[in-house]
Amino acid sequence: MGFTTEKNAGGVLVVRVEGQLIVGNRQELKSVIQEASDNGERKFLIDFSKTGYIDSSGLGALVSISKKIREQGGELRLSGLNEDLRSLFELTKLDTLFAIADTSDQALAAF
Amino acid sequence: MLERVPAAPDPRESDRSGLPLRVYVRRSGSSDSLVRVETRLPSDVTVVEQAVELIVRHCLSGHAASQRFRFNLSVVLSECLANAILCGNVQNPDKSVAVRAELRQDRVELEVTDEGDGFDPAAVRDPTTQDDLEEPCGRGLFLIRSLADEVRFNSKGNSICLMLRRK
Repeated sequence: MGFTTEKNAGGVLVVRVEGQLIVGNRQELKSVIQEASDNGERKFLIDFSKTGYIDSSGLGALVSISKKIREQGGELRLSGLNEDLRSLFELTKLDTLFAIADTSDQALAAF
Repeated sequence: MLERVPAAPDPRESDRSGLPLRVYVRRSGSSDSLVRVETRLPSDVTVVEQAVELIVRHCLSGHAASQRFRFNLSVVLSECLANAILCGNVQNPDKSVAVRAELRQDRVELEVTDEGDGFDPAAVRDPTTQDDLEEPCGRGLFLIRSLADEVRFNSKGNSICLMLRRK
């Protein structure tokens, strides 16, 4: 369980969620994004291709992160959701709130 | 066939720092109840991931289950534990959460009970309306109701019992 970050050549901070994004670690993700935002980062991609499952706390954290990034004039995209994870976004209608790409390459190309 | 591991200790009586979670597992090949897993958890959200992994693994070990079923069971259990720890016990270290997971021929039953005052599930708002879509909280019960096949609460509202059909 953890998060890895990497800045790509286009200036996008790519955050990979490895394991679960749930009640026990959602604050950690928020802190990672907040710290990067405080350091001037404005383009974010959160990739879920190595994620097992997300609970409502994790979804809530993504909503909060999205709001903050938008308020600061930034941009957030999501990628790598498998069929199960995507179903959670569809059930909660959060697929209408986020820019979701199938792969990180597709998401990066859209910035 | 009965297989027993040490009964779950009351986390209030234990040193929680680094304590591995323990579950009580009963397996029976002859009755409708194939596997019964019980544990008692501290009111600490950092144990949720390990608890879900442990309970789901023991509950489904040796039995067929689709990836989607494992996923839904994990999400629903995680939601129930988070609700019990955060909303029920309000992270009070003097309170714990009791969990029972039972694998039957056609379903899994989950029962999660906290030591809180309970709540009125009918009063929970729909988080998918346009007004509430950007709220950071309030999706837990919605996900439980969406992914489980049956959901019941006790009258006090501090115990949830739900069922997922095996697919």
